[in-house]
Amino acid sequence: MLALEDGTVFRGKSIGAAGETAGEVVFNTSMTGYQEILTDPSYRGQIVTMTYTEIGNCGTNADDVESDHPQVAGFVIRNDSRVDSNFRSQKGLTDYLVENQIVAIAGIDTRALVRHIREQGAMKGVLSTIDLDAASLVRKAQQSPGLVGRDLVREVIPERLREWNQKLFQLEQSESESPSAADRETHVVCLDFGMKWNIARHLFDQGNRVTILPGTATADEVMDLNPDGIFLSNGPGDPEPLDYAIATIRELIGQRPIFGICLGHQLLSLATGAKTFKLKFGHRGSNQPVLNLETGRVEITSQNHGFCVDEASLPDCLEITHRHLNDDTIAGVRHKSAPAFSVQYHPEASAGPHDSRYLFDVFQQLLTGGVSQRG
Amino acid sequence: MPRRTDIQKILLIGSGPIVIGQACEFDYSGTQACKALREEGYEVVLVNSNPATIMTDPGTADRTYIEPLTWEVVAKIIEREKPDALLPTLGGQTGLNVAMDLDRNGVLEKHSVEMIGAIPSVIAKAEERDQFKMAMEKIGLEVCRGEVVHTIDEAKRALENIGLPCVVRPSFTLGGSGSAIAYNRDDFESLVRNGLVQSPVTEVLIEESIIGWKEYEMEVMRDLDDNVVIICSIENFDPMGVHTGDSITVAPAQTLTDKEYQRMRDASLAVIREIGVETGGSNIQFAIHPETGRMIVIEMNPRVSRSSALASKATGFPIAKIAAKLAVGYRLWELPNDITKKTKACFEPTIDYVVTKIPRFAFEKFPEADSTLTTQMKSVGETMAIGRTFKESFQKALRGLEVGAFGFGCDGKDLWGTDLQPDEDEIRSRLARPNPDRVWYLRYAIKHGMSIEQIYELTKIDRWFLDQLSQIVEMEEELASIGSLDKIDDKTLRLAKQYGFSDRQLARLLSSDELEVRANRKGRGIQATFKAVDTCAAEFEAYTPYYYSTYEDEDETPAKQQTKRVMILGGGPNRIGQGIEFDYCCCHASFALRELGIESVMVNSNPETVSTDYDTSDLLFFEPLTTEDVLNICDRIQPDGVIVQFGGQTPLNLARGLASAGVPIIGTTVDTIEAAEDREKFQKLLHDLGLKQPANAIARNMAQARTESKKVGFPALVRPSFVLGGRAMEICYDTAQFERFVAEAFIVAEGQPVLIDSFLEDATEVDVDALCDGSNVVVMGIMEHIEEAGVHSGDSACVIPPHSLPESVVQEIRDATHAMAKRLRVVGLMNVQYAVKWIDNEPQVYVIEVNPRASRTVPFVAKATGVPVAKLAAKVMTGLSLPELGVDSEPVPKRVSIKESVFPFRKFAGVDIVLGPEMRSTGEVMGISERFSMAFAKSQLAAGVLLPEKGNIFVSVNSRHKNDIPELAQKLHDLGYPLLATPGTAACLEKAGIPVTTVKKIAEGSPNLIDYLKNEDVSLIINTPNGKGARTDEGRIRAAAVENGVPCITTLAAAREAVAAMQALRTEDYDVEPLQDRFGNQH
Repeated sequence: MLALEDGTVFRGKSIGAAGETAGEVVFNTSMTGYQEILTDPSYRGQIVTMTYTEIGNCGTNADDVESDHPQVAGFVIRNDSRVDSNFRSQKGLTDYLVENQIVAIAGIDTRALVRHIREQGAMKGVLSTIDLDAASLVRKAQQSPGLVGRDLVREVIPERLREWNQKLFQLEQSESESPSAADRETHVVCLDFGMKWNIARHLFDQGNRVTILPGTATADEVMDLNPDGIFLSNGPGDPEPLDYAIATIRELIGQRPIFGICLGHQLLSLATGAKTFKLKFGHRGSNQPVLNLETGRVEITSQNHGFCVDEASLPDCLEITHRHLNDDTIAGVRHKSAPAFSVQYHPEASAGPHDSRYLFDVFQQLLTGGVSQRG
Repeated sequence: MPRRTDIQKILLIGSGPIVIGQACEFDYSGTQACKALREEGYEVVLVNSNPATIMTDPGTADRTYIEPLTWEVVAKIIEREKPDALLPTLGGQTGLNVAMDLDRNGVLEKHSVEMIGAIPSVIAKAEERDQFKMAMEKIGLEVCRGEVVHTIDEAKRALENIGLPCVVRPSFTLGGSGSAIAYNRDDFESLVRNGLVQSPVTEVLIEESIIGWKEYEMEVMRDLDDNVVIICSIENFDPMGVHTGDSITVAPAQTLTDKEYQRMRDASLAVIREIGVETGGSNIQFAIHPETGRMIVIEMNPRVSRSSALASKATGFPIAKIAAKLAVGYRLWELPNDITKKTKACFEPTIDYVVTKIPRFAFEKFPEADSTLTTQMKSVGETMAIGRTFKESFQKALRGLEVGAFGFGCDGKDLWGTDLQPDEDEIRSRLARPNPDRVWYLRYAIKHGMSIEQIYELTKIDRWFLDQLSQIVEMEEELASIGSLDKIDDKTLRLAKQYGFSDRQLARLLSSDELEVRANRKGRGIQATFKAVDTCAAEFEAYTPYYYSTYEDEDETPAKQQTKRVMILGGGPNRIGQGIEFDYCCCHASFALRELGIESVMVNSNPETVSTDYDTSDLLFFEPLTTEDVLNICDRIQPDGVIVQFGGQTPLNLARGLASAGVPIIGTTVDTIEAAEDREKFQKLLHDLGLKQPANAIARNMAQARTESKKVGFPALVRPSFVLGGRAMEICYDTAQFERFVAEAFIVAEGQPVLIDSFLEDATEVDVDALCDGSNVVVMGIMEHIEEAGVHSGDSACVIPPHSLPESVVQEIRDATHAMAKRLRVVGLMNVQYAVKWIDNEPQVYVIEVNPRASRTVPFVAKATGVPVAKLAAKVMTGLSLPELGVDSEPVPKRVSIKESVFPFRKFAGVDIVLGPEMRSTGEVMGISERFSMAFAKSQLAAGVLLPEKGNIFVSVNSRHKNDIPELAQKLHDLGYPLLATPGTAACLEKAGIPVTTVKKIAEGSPNLIDYLKNEDVSLIINTPNGKGARTDEGRIRAAAVENGVPCITTLAAAREAVAAMQALRTEDYDVEPLQDRFGNQH
């Protein structure tokens, strides 16, 4: 049973682990990529509803992951598949959910749920296989902590520094040799707030040495690694409580080229003095159009965020480079005087289109002393 | 960038008649484009030869030419209209080919016409196999290993590299026409020969076989700034080897991970960029190896296509409309998304349901044709269904197909559990060979206990789909084991509805009847809910009221307002006998309701049509046309009226059930409709009115048929009752034929009686469409058939106004029509077929049949007279009288308009093309001119019958026509055509002193006609048949004519008119004139 804080209740069948879980109920409109979504650390604390109705058809595999285990607080779908039909599949989705202790529900009118969230805004909910008493579950939903003001990043950041050495997954075997560690001349240090692995894979594929630091690291700790560039990762929840990260970033701006994605974008903006606000129900999907203001071209992007940088609060040092076409919100900014830029969406895709991959090239140019950002 | 201001006048070329591979979808795309461009202030010039289209309505474009689609004719239009630009990508392959011909012949350059959307070099790059292959290799995408050949010797060499089995595809043909798979060298050689003939550029591609691979399609759009979006992905249920038009297809793709989907998306973007389609929609097909994931690009269509119509209907994204706007300079992000209003057209639609399309075939009309599904398209229509799950959409689509099935088995068509239940051998063979019935055999295989793996090995249909089908069968078996409506619990019943089971299926499984199941489940609160198709999976509010049914919690249909609501039931999938003409009528009904301020509600299941465009009606329900599905909609929207007389036979079949359930049918009553179909009642009515009917009888068994036949005499027409389109209708000249055809008719009749009519030989058939408001009657059009009675009215050419009937006969017909319409109290349209036979030099008028509904000829009549007949009929049905509508007199046609039929014989090798009482045409064209001969010449050219200017003409007529042939032959001789004839006909001509070369009969050896055909020494064949059948000598001649692309005329009447037209063409050229000049802008 799924109960929302406003008293709405949905009854379906359990397709995951037994148990009870609370989180913010959100929806994702991607038609593919449920495994990437499940394992995206940005979904920490959220019960994710897939709007597409047939989920699990391709099973799961070891490659299509964005972290080492599923991160969502719960999973809601219309219809599960009892077979997994794909040449790469290793395990059915329901087995995967059970094994990873994810509480999940199928068989509910997900469109009704989505329309409800669209009208009322994202809300707290509880998903349970134990407590099937509607009133009790609604109460639990109301009492659950929610996202605002909460530091969810602490739950997903790595414990210690690690060197990254995994390449992007390729369906076709390519002959190109990956440069050896010694040949990797540029060094990128990532501040990990719950970083999707595909970002690190991209940075690594660009020929960089990639070091990942917990998002709690200080500016000195970053600079001690002598990076050529600094990357600010995505991550879950509300950016405003992350004072430590904001302080670190504020110190780093100007010292080395900086590139931020999603939460990293919000943190970079906050570090320059901007404010963020919570969107009614967020942007979560693989079909989100973003206009690159410099080229006039549109990128279809993957997005997953509930918070957004407030345009009215934008300091003079930042300029807007990208806008979301659906609601005109800020989708990308650049520092006018320092080599720093960030985007609200996910150029690393996974799940989603590859239209914005060029941003990694832009960052690479900054690392290697190239000129300014070009789309 | 806003729209271009340097162009003002844009020419659009339509796709011509409905043929296999090119159907209503191009009326849909062309109509959208006309609207979109006019909305932007451009002047639109349209040319299309098909009168049964909304795009050729005088109000759709500014200048509308119903003219043959050849470059020569379109060149005349260009000369006259001087357009600035030509948009070639919205008229299917025909439109594209004509545009390419115009370019090739320098017409565009001469008149400074710019091609927009895609330029000739781009089109060539996409369509010419070797250019396309090179382009793909350049961007690192794999294509099928293959070679382009132009001769049989080149083909043999290519085969050494490619190996068998391999695919043989002729270049530049419609719907992959002529493509097939060769498994051995013999097949290979005949396929190559055939392909070289069919390809307009004598080019064939030989390719490695990728049969059994997974097949996908991507619908892509691009603007001038190189913004590219994917509108829809489509996965074929039937794997590679079956043409996508003949495959069951599903949207979105079901069995791809994001990694694989994005690879395909990247490839799609790369393809459209490399090919260089500047703006608009394209369709790209891919194959993926099921075990290794290897991906191959199959082909690209640099234009909107059948799949893009499907994608538009599947997602709500209007591809053609947006393509038209992009072609005039807009960027994707400048155009609003109509559905959400808040967001832009530059995005990728996401859907929260599953769409299934199932093709509809017509092999029963072509019993001699091979029903194996191959890479050449053979289906004549399609139905689409939307459900929240695949299972639901699949079962809905099966009942939307209107083949007597109400889901995946457990209905009247189910062979399982009957004497005809197939055994494992039969199941296996029917699975291994793709065929129209394979879907049913998948169920039999599951019922038989075959495993998913075994079925997969035979069919290569993805295991995910097979498992879904298994789930449906498991549910069926669970329901059967429950066995009664009293014992089933709410949860299981609801789940069964969510699996897409119809009440009809449930009734059978739960030992009940359909209405009882309905009442019972509604009592439990299990009723259909309707959800919106909104392009965005509910992320934004939708303003476009486009709905489908499902069984969920929340219903989204809008509450009824103050205005009246009237529902129009559409015609479902195209089939022979029921196609675009009826969709045209339904659209007009909707337009009429809007004009009257009545909320219009459309129900249809055909994704190709204009009626299922969300713009056409105020509310659109994309649903199967069954009693249950329509009642479900009525429950929610409470219509004030339902129109059943516009969608062909489909809604009429539902009328009784709907009326009994209390649905307010408006217009002619159901009782009247039935009275006209009831032989005895109808006979009495004619008797009362003093009208004549050919002698006729009803037989319920063979013995009775024999007795009755003595009364009726020979020749006699026999046919099963309650069967459409002249199915199994035959003319018998003697007892032997009578015995055989009556026996066949009883089989087709399935328990219903067989009708026997005296056949009026050499009679002239006349079709009449009339409007009646219950008391006033106005005849809208009187059409004289060119072919004599006996050829199905849907297959015959006809002319408005009648060109040979005396005015007294026309008046008699008019009077009879008035009398019948009044007596039947028709409200709306009525169609009557008459036969006029000269007996002792006196014309006798017989009534053949009356149909109190919109007929196939309504759009033709509207285009010939300039009167919007269907709209007026809809208004009459809402209660307005003809005087109130200002309709008081019969329209006087200003020109001679001729409708000619178009046949799919080229798709069905070896089928005899002789016309008869069974309808086999798929579409129609119209020729308009001041003179009959020129109108006829145009109609032939438009239908693809090239009347030759020179060359040998072969003549062979049956004994009944021997007296008539010399006169005709003399004319041909005078025109300078050398004549060839079989010995009998030759003797007859020689006797009349006409020079002729005698050609041997085929059985007599060479040189026979087939040799002449192969040597391209014949330019026209006139052959009136002695007998029918592909195995007869003349049947082989006709089949060979089709194979070699030589026109073949099979009736003397048509031959006479053709000769007159050939004569006319000697002295005058084709004239072109827009409808607007003919009628003035009255719409």
